[in-house]
Amino acid sequence: MMRSSSIKAGPDHVDFKEVLAPTPFQDRVDSYSLTQDWASWNGYKTAKTYDTLASEYFAIRSTCGVMDLTPMEKYRVGGPDALHFLNRLVTRDISGLQPNRVTYVVWCNDEGKVLDDGTIFSLGGGEYRLCSQHHQLDWLLISSLGFDVTIEEETHSIAALAVQGPTSYSVLSAAGIQELNGLKPFGMINARVNGIECMVSRTGFTGDLGYEIWIDPSNASAIWDAIFALKEQGLFDIRPTGLGALEMVRIEAGFILPGDDFNTAETAIRADHDRSPYELGLGWLVNLQKCYFTGKRALFAEFARPIRRKLVRLSIEGNKPPKDAFLYDRKGGGRIGTIKSCVWSPILKTNVSMADIEYDKGAPPKQIWAEIYYQKELEWRATWAQCRLSIKPFWVHQRSSATPPQKY
Amino acid sequence: MTKRPSVIVIGSGHNGMVCSNYLAMAGYQVDVMEAKESLGGAAGVFEFAKDFRAPGLVNAAYGLNRKIYKDLKLSPQSEKAPKKIDCVALDVKGEHLILTSDGVSGHKISETDIGAYKKFKKEFTSYAKALDPLMTDRPPRLKNMDRKDKKTLARLGWNLRFGLGTDSMREFLRVGGINIYDVLNEYFDSRHLKAALAVDAVMGQHMGPRTPNTVLTYIHRVWAQTHATSELSTGKDILQALYNSADSAGVRFRPNSRVRRVLVEQGRATGVLLESGEEVSASIVVSNADVKTTFLELVGAQNLDAMFCHRIDNIRCEGNVTKIFFAVRALPQFRNLDQKNLRHRLLIAPNQRYVEHAFNHSKYGECSENPVLEITVPSLADPTLAPSGFHVVSVSATYTPRAPKQGWDNLRTVFLGNVLSTIEQYAPGFSENVEASKLLTPADIGVNYNNVGGHWHHGELSLDQSFMMRPVFGASQYDTPIEGLFLCGAGTHPGGGITGVPGHNAANRILEFGGRV
Repeated sequence: MMRSSSIKAGPDHVDFKEVLAPTPFQDRVDSYSLTQDWASWNGYKTAKTYDTLASEYFAIRSTCGVMDLTPMEKYRVGGPDALHFLNRLVTRDISGLQPNRVTYVVWCNDEGKVLDDGTIFSLGGGEYRLCSQHHQLDWLLISSLGFDVTIEEETHSIAALAVQGPTSYSVLSAAGIQELNGLKPFGMINARVNGIECMVSRTGFTGDLGYEIWIDPSNASAIWDAIFALKEQGLFDIRPTGLGALEMVRIEAGFILPGDDFNTAETAIRADHDRSPYELGLGWLVNLQKCYFTGKRALFAEFARPIRRKLVRLSIEGNKPPKDAFLYDRKGGGRIGTIKSCVWSPILKTNVSMADIEYDKGAPPKQIWAEIYYQKELEWRATWAQCRLSIKPFWVHQRSSATPPQKY
Repeated sequence: MTKRPSVIVIGSGHNGMVCSNYLAMAGYQVDVMEAKESLGGAAGVFEFAKDFRAPGLVNAAYGLNRKIYKDLKLSPQSEKAPKKIDCVALDVKGEHLILTSDGVSGHKISETDIGAYKKFKKEFTSYAKALDPLMTDRPPRLKNMDRKDKKTLARLGWNLRFGLGTDSMREFLRVGGINIYDVLNEYFDSRHLKAALAVDAVMGQHMGPRTPNTVLTYIHRVWAQTHATSELSTGKDILQALYNSADSAGVRFRPNSRVRRVLVEQGRATGVLLESGEEVSASIVVSNADVKTTFLELVGAQNLDAMFCHRIDNIRCEGNVTKIFFAVRALPQFRNLDQKNLRHRLLIAPNQRYVEHAFNHSKYGECSENPVLEITVPSLADPTLAPSGFHVVSVSATYTPRAPKQGWDNLRTVFLGNVLSTIEQYAPGFSENVEASKLLTPADIGVNYNNVGGHWHHGELSLDQSFMMRPVFGASQYDTPIEGLFLCGAGTHPGGGITGVPGHNAANRILEFGGRV
C-alpha cells in the first residue's frame, strides 16, 4: 500500500494502466511535448525535453522558460510551535524570517549529515511551506515529537509553475501581475492572473531572473494558458522546459542536487558515504550560535576539525565530457575524488561540474586532474584534463538580483 | 576551602540514594529532589488504608548488591533473616513446593526433578556470575571503544569462555536468547516447578513463558539474587540503611520538590527548575526518573536531536503488574500450608500454560481472567505496618495492561474480583477477612511514582533494550547528549530490581568524568 502512494498521488487519478501520475498541467504539457520523452519525478510524469535540449536551455538563459514543478515535495507547517519546530529542524537560524519571505535551508540527522535541502516560505499568520527535493514526511513527523505543530503534505494539492529567464518579469507583468516591480529575490506576493488567485515568489533553480507561481490545481490549465497566450500574440518567446535543461542551468548556477551530488544521510549505507553541510560547501547555512537543532552537537565537533572532503565546483579544460571521471592530484597521481554531475555549458563554453574531492589537512589539493574516457567513432580513448576550483557559481548575472528587473 | 562541586539528584528512589551516597563519599555536595512527600520512590512505605501501611511496591527484594553494601559500609537494619526460601509454589490441593536457591522440596516431587533443579540453579548461577563484569560497570561501547570498554569486553569474553568452560558456554549461547518455556521443559517434569520458575522469568515484563528473551530475564533475576547481600533484604531496610548513610555523608534530601525542568544552557545542564518556580543551580544533574520523563519532559525535545528523541519515545515501558494491598483481620489460611511459610513469597501459577494464557489477555488489551499472583505478608516481618492482630497482604498480580481496551474504570472491580476468587481457591475464607483493599494498576503506578508506563524496570528488559542498548544507543553509559546530565535509574543498565547497581554504575561514571575531589 505504502509503495503505491506516489502513484495514486495525482488528483482524480484512476487509470491503473498508467504508471506515472499526471500533474495538474498534464493536458498542456502533453500537447507541447514533441519528443514524448518522459521521466519520473517523485512518481509524476515529467517531461525531460519537449523539443530540443538546446532550445529549452536557451529559453531559460535568453528568453523565458516555463516548467511544471508540481512534483516538488511540499509541506504545510502550522500550529503554535511551527517556527520553533522549523528552527530545530534546519541548520540555519530562521527565527528572523519575515512573512512573505523565502529562505534556503538544509537539515541533518543526529550525526550532522545532510538529509535534504529545500526552501521555507513564510506564508504569514505563523504558517510555513517547506519544499524539499525528496520525501520528508517521515522525518518531519519524527522531528515533531514535543512540538505543538500540524504538518500536512501538500505536494498534490498545490500546483506550481516556474517561469524563468531574462524576460520572465516582462512576461508575468504582461500577464497581468503588476506588483512584481518591487519584488526582491526570495520575496513573494499574492496576485491575480485573469482573476485567478495565485502566489508568486521570486525563486528558482536556474540562477537566473525567475519566478515560481503557486496555485490551486484546478486553475493549472488556466494559468498555463494565460502565459502561453502571450506567445500566441507574438509578444515573447516562451517555451516549456524539461528536466534536461534544468539540470544544465542548475549546475551552471552551482546548485547542488541531493541524491545526485551526494548521498542523502537517509540513503547512505556505508560509513563515510553521507555528507555534512560543511562537506557540501554549505557551511554558510549552519549557525552554531542559534538554538539547538538536530545535528548541532555533531556539527559543533566537526567544525573544530579540519575538513576532510568537500563537494566543490570544478571547471574542466577542453571539450571532452568528463562524465563520471575520476580525479587525481596530478596526471597519473593518487585518486582524490570523482565528478558527481557535469555539463557542457553553452553560455560559458566550458565543462562545468560538481565534484567530491578529498582535502588534505583542511586545504584543497594544489592540482586536480580528471582522467576522461570518451568515445570517438565507437572507439574508446582516454585523456587528461586539468580542473580548476570555482569558488563562485560558474554563471551569475546581475539581472537575477536587480529590482526592479529590466523590462523587455 | 574550595567549593565542593554540587550535584542535584532527581528522585529519591533507591538508585538515587545509592548514587548520592557514592557521590557524597567522593566529596560532592548532593541535593536530592523528591517530588513526593515521602522518600524512597517505589520502595517507600505509604498508608493505603487507615492505620494500614504498605511497604511500597516491592514484594520481595533479593537484597542490595553486595558490593554496594560493602563500599558504603551500610549497617544491617533488622535481625538477620533465617535461611532464605526463594518461594513457595502454591498448589490448589495443598501439594505445595518449596524452592530455595539450591533445592526444591514438597509433595510428589520426583528425585529426578530435585536433581535437575540443583543442576539448573547451578548452571544459571554460573551464567549470572559470568555476566557480572558486564553488569556492575558501564556497558561497553562497540564503536569508538576506550580502554575500559575493551577491558569490560575482554573480561566478559574470558568469563564466558574460561569461567563457564566449553560446555556451559555452548549451553549459554544456545539458551541465552530463547524462551524459558522450552528450557524448563527440557529440565523438569513437575508442571508446578516449571511454572514457579517461569513466573520469575516473566513477572514485571510484557512477556509470557513462550516469549523469546525470557531466559535472559530469568538470568537477570538470578544475577540479582546471586550478588545480593543477605544483610539488607527488605525494601524498607535497604532504604533506611541508604538514607542513614547518605544523611551522615551530608546528602540533603528535599521532599515536596518536584522538578519541572532540567535547565540547559548551550547544551549543558546547569541545574533544575522546581515546580515551585525556584531555580537550583548545580554543576551536575543526575536523573533517577524514568528515561522518557527525563528526556521528553524535563530536558525537552527542543534541546535534543530528533532521532534520539524518537528512540526515547519508542522505548517499550508498558507495565503489566497490578499491585494490590489487603488489610486483613487474620492471616490467610492456605490449604495445607504451614503458617511459618507465610513469611515467604507465595506464587499462584499452577503450570506454564496457565501463565501463558494469562499473558494472552494482555496482548489484546485485556486483564487476565486467571491472573498469576505473587503474595507476601509484609506485616509478619514488619509489625508496624498494621495494627496489632491485623495484617497486610501484598499481591503482585499479572497480567494487566496499562491501558486496557475498555479502560480501567469498571475493570478495577472486575480484576479485584478475579484476584480474590483466585486466592479464595487456595485460601478459602480469605475474602471474609479483608477489611480494606487498595489496587494500584500500572496506570496508577505510572502516575503515583512519576514513571511513564508504570513498568517495574522503567522499560522492558528485552535484549534490544539491554546492555549497550539500555535505555537507548546514545545514552547507555549513564552520560547523556546533555553535558553534565546523567541517568541513574532502573531504565539504565542493568535495569530494575532493588539491586542499586544502576545507581552505583552511574556514580562511577560521574566520577570518571568529574574526577574525585
